[in-house]
Amino acid sequence: MNTGLIAIAIIVWLGAWGINEALVRVQTTNRTVSRTINLIVPLLFGVALLVLWEGLTRGFAVKEVLLPPPSRIWEEITDSLPILWADFQQTFIKSVLTGYAMGCGAGFAVAILVDRSPFLKRGLLPLGNFVSALPIIGVAPIMVMWFGFDWPSKAAVVVIMTFFPMLVNTVSGLNAAGSMEKDLMRTYAAGYWQTLFKLRLPAAAPFIFNALKINSTLALIGAIVAEFFGTPIVGMGFRISTEVGLLNVSMVWAEIAMAAVAGSAFYGLVALLERTLTFWHPSIRRG
Amino acid sequence: MNAFRHHVLPVLTIVLGIVIAWYVGSVALNSAWQLGVYERADNTEWTITDLWTDTLNQNRPVLPSPHQVAVEFWNTGIAPLGDLPERGMRAISPRTLIYHAWVTLSATLLGFAIGTATGILLAVAIIHSKAMDKSVMPWVIASQTVPILAIAPMIIVVLASIGLKGLIPKALISTYLSFFPVVVGMVKGFRAPEAIQLDLMRTYNASSAQTFWKLRWPSAVPYLFTSMKVAVAISLVGAIVGELPTGAIAGLGARLLAGSYYGQTVQIWSALFMAAILAATLVGLIGVAERRVTKRMGVSA
Repeated sequence: MNTGLIAIAIIVWLGAWGINEALVRVQTTNRTVSRTINLIVPLLFGVALLVLWEGLTRGFAVKEVLLPPPSRIWEEITDSLPILWADFQQTFIKSVLTGYAMGCGAGFAVAILVDRSPFLKRGLLPLGNFVSALPIIGVAPIMVMWFGFDWPSKAAVVVIMTFFPMLVNTVSGLNAAGSMEKDLMRTYAAGYWQTLFKLRLPAAAPFIFNALKINSTLALIGAIVAEFFGTPIVGMGFRISTEVGLLNVSMVWAEIAMAAVAGSAFYGLVALLERTLTFWHPSIRRG
Repeated sequence: MNAFRHHVLPVLTIVLGIVIAWYVGSVALNSAWQLGVYERADNTEWTITDLWTDTLNQNRPVLPSPHQVAVEFWNTGIAPLGDLPERGMRAISPRTLIYHAWVTLSATLLGFAIGTATGILLAVAIIHSKAMDKSVMPWVIASQTVPILAIAPMIIVVLASIGLKGLIPKALISTYLSFFPVVVGMVKGFRAPEAIQLDLMRTYNASSAQTFWKLRWPSAVPYLFTSMKVAVAISLVGAIVGELPTGAIAGLGARLLAGSYYGQTVQIWSALFMAAILAATLVGLIGVAERRVTKRMGVSA
């Protein structure tokens, strides 16, 4: 037990807290200043959290098996970059991206087809909503049996997990165009496809992007958990489950850090794409 | 009658379509193995009807037929309940599905309760402190993009190494998963009152506690139920995933894992259905509670 380290960590934490309290009280009309403050406050919180974590784990001499300090995790990341990169390729590039593209594409296509029949729409929507609440992750063992141990089975799990949110959101998005606009398209004598591409799909875009964002997180979770059910000796889920068995916890944390960065980056990319494509939507447009 | 035509009939049609597709799929997927059996048995006189009945009743089919799953589900999931008066708690042995469902359900409910309570408390702190709002909120949102489920096995194993086993670690994972939707939803809900209503509270000289209980809390209730529905579904997933690394001892996740190790597809599918039914029941119960509460609060549905 090292009281000095604990004290330093707590002082840094309190200091950061005090600075944040002061920062949020700053009254300003300057947009750059307020934007910088909005950026600094969470950053400072994050850094203070890391310092507190480091100080407490080292100060109380917490066993590494329980919770390694952040510096140790960073060391592990830099030491095992090749392994991490191989796992990233296997899980993210092969399983997640393939499954994500196929699942979202299929959900979108089915939504467009279903949209033409009100009967099918009324039947599928409640079921889609129902399935979205189910623990779909449970199909992972079945997919592993059907498609083998390698990445196709993981991609299949991702396809199933991403399909329904996409279907439900696209169908409700296609209903989002107002009747005024639809009437206007009719007065222009626009055909079904013209109305679809010029009016209904743009109107559905916020809903579709919502599904894309939800799915970006679901896809990564699906691929990682599916790997717990059997996989070749590479992949993020495989690494996590084996290293946990060896009680090599800092490696697990390194994988988690990578998964977190990959997941956030994926989400961020989709959000960025949304901002550029649906610039006209009130939630993005600035007054 | 109109409601039936507009809501029930379409859903029933789709469900019927799925069941038919399922039967066709299990015939198609299982016939390869069945044909091999016929060949080895030198049985060249099989008819299409034979093939049908045999593919639909294999012991370890690639895709079990719906009635196989239904029978397994009934025998291990429902029937043991009927033995309760006769055999007491021995009826619910670890060989039955209902036992595993109960193990998972208890972890789910405990985690969900803790998670919802923590979520509400954190949301209260966030709306009352601007520093909390600005510093914690971005991290709460960012953490949604992190595959938290991936940490689940580690939490289980690490807690087991310090002697904490069974219900609590799984419940912790459920807590972790279910607390985020509640925080986000409740912050939104507590902020739902309009400025004009908050101003009215000020003219009444209401304290912040009074404002909270008389204005913010009632207007957050609809948000609470919506986020609770998400939270209960996700905490069930958390409990199931939490059961994977424990070496398949108990719970629906363990049942899935054991089924996949021993190729017991029927067992996997019936465990999946049990999980689906649990999820639907839990979400449905919250929906019922929501309708009751909003009705008593005078909100017309």
